[in-house]
Amino acid sequence: MEQSEIVRSIREKISNDVLGYHSYCGDETLVVRREALFNIMKILKEEFHFEMLVDICGVDFLGKEPRFEVVYHLNSLSRKMRLRVKVPVNEGEEVESLVPLYPIANWLERETWDMMGIRFANHPDLRRLLMYDGFVGHALRKDYPINKRQPLVKPKNEYR
Amino acid sequence: MEVDKVLAGDSFFTTRLNDVIGWSRKFSIFSYPFVTACCGMEFMSVSCSHYDIDRFGAGLPRFSPRQADLLMVVGTISQKIAPVLVRIYEQMCNPKWVVAFGVCTCTGGFYDDYATVQGIDTIVPVDVYIPGCPPRPETVLDGLMKLQQKIQKQKQAV
Amino acid sequence: MSTDKTDQILADAPGSMMLNMGPSHPAMHGVIRIILELDGELVKKADLEIGFLHRAFEKHSESVTYNQVFPWTDRLNYVSPMINNFGYAMCVEKLLDIKVTPRCEYVRTVMSEIARLSDHLTCIGASAMELGAFTVFLYMIKAREWLYELIEDVCGARVTVSYARVGGVKADLPENFADRCRSSFKKIRETLKECDALLTRNRIFMDRMQGIGGISKDTAIGYGFTGVMLRACGVPYDVRRAYPYHAYDDLDFEIPVGENGDNFDRYLVRMEEMQQSMRIVEQALEKMPGGPVNVDHSRIEPARTVDEAKMGRIGEIYDQVVNVSPNLEGQEKEEYYQVNPDVKSVVIPPKQNSYTSIEGLMNHFKLIMYGHGIRPPKGEAYTCVEGGNGELGFYVVSDGSDIPYRVRVRAPCFTFVAGFHTMIEGAMIADIIPTFGSINMIAGELDH
Repeated sequence: MEQSEIVRSIREKISNDVLGYHSYCGDETLVVRREALFNIMKILKEEFHFEMLVDICGVDFLGKEPRFEVVYHLNSLSRKMRLRVKVPVNEGEEVESLVPLYPIANWLERETWDMMGIRFANHPDLRRLLMYDGFVGHALRKDYPINKRQPLVKPKNEYR
Repeated sequence: MEVDKVLAGDSFFTTRLNDVIGWSRKFSIFSYPFVTACCGMEFMSVSCSHYDIDRFGAGLPRFSPRQADLLMVVGTISQKIAPVLVRIYEQMCNPKWVVAFGVCTCTGGFYDDYATVQGIDTIVPVDVYIPGCPPRPETVLDGLMKLQQKIQKQKQAV
Repeated sequence: MSTDKTDQILADAPGSMMLNMGPSHPAMHGVIRIILELDGELVKKADLEIGFLHRAFEKHSESVTYNQVFPWTDRLNYVSPMINNFGYAMCVEKLLDIKVTPRCEYVRTVMSEIARLSDHLTCIGASAMELGAFTVFLYMIKAREWLYELIEDVCGARVTVSYARVGGVKADLPENFADRCRSSFKKIRETLKECDALLTRNRIFMDRMQGIGGISKDTAIGYGFTGVMLRACGVPYDVRRAYPYHAYDDLDFEIPVGENGDNFDRYLVRMEEMQQSMRIVEQALEKMPGGPVNVDHSRIEPARTVDEAKMGRIGEIYDQVVNVSPNLEGQEKEEYYQVNPDVKSVVIPPKQNSYTSIEGLMNHFKLIMYGHGIRPPKGEAYTCVEGGNGELGFYVVSDGSDIPYRVRVRAPCFTFVAGFHTMIEGAMIADIIPTFGSINMIAGELDH
């Protein structure tokens, strides 16, 4: 099928940096090294016509090494094809920001930083997006309890 | 009871005046719709022609807290917007009432998490709680009528 | 809150004024803060602050079972809740690799399009109201009420429906749904004609919307715009045609595409999409496999049972089957299996089985009890549906247990709000209102 040919040519082109590949449930997924991410994304955008960055999110595998995985979903409008790129990242390591390639990465990376605590190098303005400035911690991490509240307005009845 | 009111120091005329002021206040409510979330959909349904809140006299929203006397808090209040809500409440002039519309404002709903205020009565005093997720428009009108009864019975500061 | 940012804005450009269009503003769109740097009436820079309705959807879905996530998905895009439900259900079904029945595909198509209709009605109504056309708002909300009545007949709730289940839907469509739907659509078409006459050739509306809030095709793609925003720019991308799902492949409809990418084009695209949605629903109701729902006429109403019993006429009602409350309508065995596949590991059995046979009871028990339940194999999947705003995507990671490991929702209006500053920089303050109305920001989806 045409789609698997494209994926095969992608894998040949960046074969040094690919750590893994699967197409579970029909979704083509590549696991790549953190350092080579920007170049890979540039190749995917310019040569393989993945014009749209659909989503960036982080997944926390608490207890596994490396702890986090940053997941990028790409969409090619001209070829009607999707691709997922995953980058394993450890606590404290940084991933190169994709803002020069895709402007939407600005806000998506801010949200990933806010919720997961993964820093992005060379990001123009990395600050919290969904939570407020005084919030301590990163909410979507597995070790943050769901109802640990840090209220801005202290509740009148201390019961809660 | 009339006798109690007289014994407590109110005369016939002041209680009548109280009733008249209560009557006029309850039928001319200017609400500040502080709409955040899904309950806003039912708030829109209540305000529009099908269920029509205007026939109760409460249909004209004022979008400035200085001009409003009813703060309708509609939808989930998160920790980030709680200071804004308190500030708007403080900017309103007396007499003022607060209606907690929807279960997220009454108790936090099923959002028992790090980002939701567990009931706005922890931060502002509430007069009427309208539960429901979201409450049907008939429930909202019932809550509004209860608020009107409360306004009528209240001792009006003249 | 972001006083550092405002200090920085003031420091960078000393001649300009900083204005805060604060979180609680009259446009009934929800809570968002726009920090504007102004030169008179002209907007020089705009920064948006979101997160005022962050309700931890993703965190909550990591603590409940797969079927229990549906109420949370309702409240994401709360003007078209059915679409969110179906999107999440499709993602879990992809992980489990089960196929839904053909009738269920059609039912989901019909309900998605009804939800899309109510989304567009609310969007246009609210944005017209902000420009002063209050009548249009009243007419469109009146039309939306008829849709809410239809939705309430199907699943019992108006706004937060939780209609989908993993593997199917809660219950089949009630009887007479097709007729009621057609008569509602007749009334809605008349309403839309009236609103069209009020707005489309209206001088004031056109002056305020044409040429305002435009965005070029490349910027739109760079910001990841999808849905109406992208189609108004001239890119004919629609998830229903590009990656077909549900029953859209069998149905005949068109995708309206605009030219200029400004507010007026978005309005026109939405109006045309509503007509196309009604067309889709009518075709789907004709073509629905399994035909109209069969109703057993020997059932009697509970009220009549009580009345007859009070009068002592037990003989007449003794062997009649009672027709139970509307919420269980469509859940009788024959109807249930038309919309839910007979997959024991995923779909709970119909009530007749679970209440009368031990196998049904055990099946029900094994699916509801914590620790048991739906357990997809380890893996991850991403599906997207065409939401009211654009491409609504769900990314679910499963670790083999009955609780999802990670659920990520890709909200379409996140991208619009991220790219909003390009649309208003260089325009005036008064242009912010129609532009913001035309992007249809839903705070529940934006802040998840």
